Amino acid sequence: MSNILELKNIGYSYHNLHGETKALEDISFGVGEGEFLAIVGPSGCGKSTLLSIIAGLLPPERGTILVNNPDGSIRYPGIGYMLQRDHLFEWRTVYRNVTLGLEIQKKMTPERLETIERLLREYGLEKFRDKRPSELSGGMKQRAALIRTLALDPQLLLLDEPFSALDYQTRLTVSADICRLIRETGKTMIIITHDLSEAISLADRIIVLSGRPARVKREIPVKLTLKDDSLLAARNAPEFQDYFNRLWEDLTHEK
Amino acid sequence: MRNKTEKERTKQEEFMRRHRRHHHEIALWRALVFLLFLALWELSADLHWIDSFFFSSPSRVALCFVKQIRTNSMLSHIGVTLFETVASFLLVLLFSLVMSTLLWCSTKLSEVLEPYLVVLNSLPKSALAPLFIVWLGTGAKTIIVAGISVALFGSVISFYTAFRQADSEKITLIRTLGGNRRDAFLKVVLPGSVPMLLSTAKVNIGLALVGVIIGEFLAARKGLGYLIIYGSQVFQLDMVITSILVLCVIALLFYKSVQIIEHQIRIRFKM
Repeated sequence: MSNILELKNIGYSYHNLHGETKALEDISFGVGEGEFLAIVGPSGCGKSTLLSIIAGLLPPERGTILVNNPDGSIRYPGIGYMLQRDHLFEWRTVYRNVTLGLEIQKKMTPERLETIERLLREYGLEKFRDKRPSELSGGMKQRAALIRTLALDPQLLLLDEPFSALDYQTRLTVSADICRLIRETGKTMIIITHDLSEAISLADRIIVLSGRPARVKREIPVKLTLKDDSLLAARNAPEFQDYFNRLWEDLTHEK
Repeated sequence: MRNKTEKERTKQEEFMRRHRRHHHEIALWRALVFLLFLALWELSADLHWIDSFFFSSPSRVALCFVKQIRTNSMLSHIGVTLFETVASFLLVLLFSLVMSTLLWCSTKLSEVLEPYLVVLNSLPKSALAPLFIVWLGTGAKTIIVAGISVALFGSVISFYTAFRQADSEKITLIRTLGGNRRDAFLKVVLPGSVPMLLSTAKVNIGLALVGVIIGEFLAARKGLGYLIIYGSQVFQLDMVITSILVLCVIALLFYKSVQIIEHQIRIRFKM
């Protein structure tokens, strides 16, 4: 598995009148092609900042991001970003929501629209294309948000606590559902979460960040014998508890 | 089971009936208050509790209204006031949309202009009316400018505040989809502010009417404001009070029509 992205000594600080707050310090890790990477860390440690930097929304103050495309080009990979809430626009129908990215990038080509049709069919949203987002269930909204992201055919998906606005029960099914759908596309994913069991059950590798300023504290490759991406099944894997305890130790014995 | 649903249906029907009855009751009381007021007014004028030369009476108002309609002057006065108010209202909407968009586009501009907007908003605009007369003469132009001046600055501030309240995460979403600030404005900020813009519009139509009447007081030969001032100068208080009552109806109609338009837009966009 070759790395498609390589972060080298990334650092970032926030500046205000009271001085400088270091958010990220000397962060280095690679992201393999097709890999599911989870980033966990204490709240407020700068996880979202890191994701914004990877997404190119925020230029890093220090360090570089190396791009390593399979075809040898150095073009930054197409990135799909899923935010904490689905952010479907209530003033648009579901269909006009999922085509938002194409509309912005002026890529409403027949092939792309065909992809959207296929995804709507596969994700069971075809009947709801002319409905408003508020008429969908929590899980369907997340699926619609996923189609909106996938419409631009990104190579790398960034998920910033994408299920945190859902209630616990919905969350269990939706996170497994969305991650299964992303696995099927074969895309690379980086997910930020504060839910340790979610990280263990979904990810191939977990990166643990320290408190502010965030550094990479540990990298834990995850191998579960039972893995089928469903949180409930993964919880029953014999290794689950070990992983959980190790993460728990890392996060609680911060100092 | 069937019994239960029937029972539920009757409960629902009962609720609907209660709801309707409540609305009818309110409408009835509103009409009663109006009629009572008219009756009391008429009665106190007839019994000379009040001097109907100064306070007029419903019958004198009705007579005056009919006379004014006959001589064809009332309708043209109403038409002038309506035209001037609608014109200033539409211009206020246009200007405040343009100005608040500019303010949103440039944070620096909005920071520079903020104190000026605050001062202009708090300034009593009637103080400016004499200036407008000197600059623009007496006529519809001056009146419309007066109408605009009353509503404009508050409207710019409200529009701009609505734009600023747009969800910053939704703007981030537009950026992650490769959009620029223009996309953010057209696809998030503007559609998201529609409810706020509509409620500001409802306030604006009232303020435009205020400005137009002030303008007509000072610089008009036509319009209800002119009629009020003229009537008071020639001691035709029937004319003054008739014009004021017509103004009440106009204000109500304006408010209702903006409300209906607002309702239509809300239904259309399911907001």
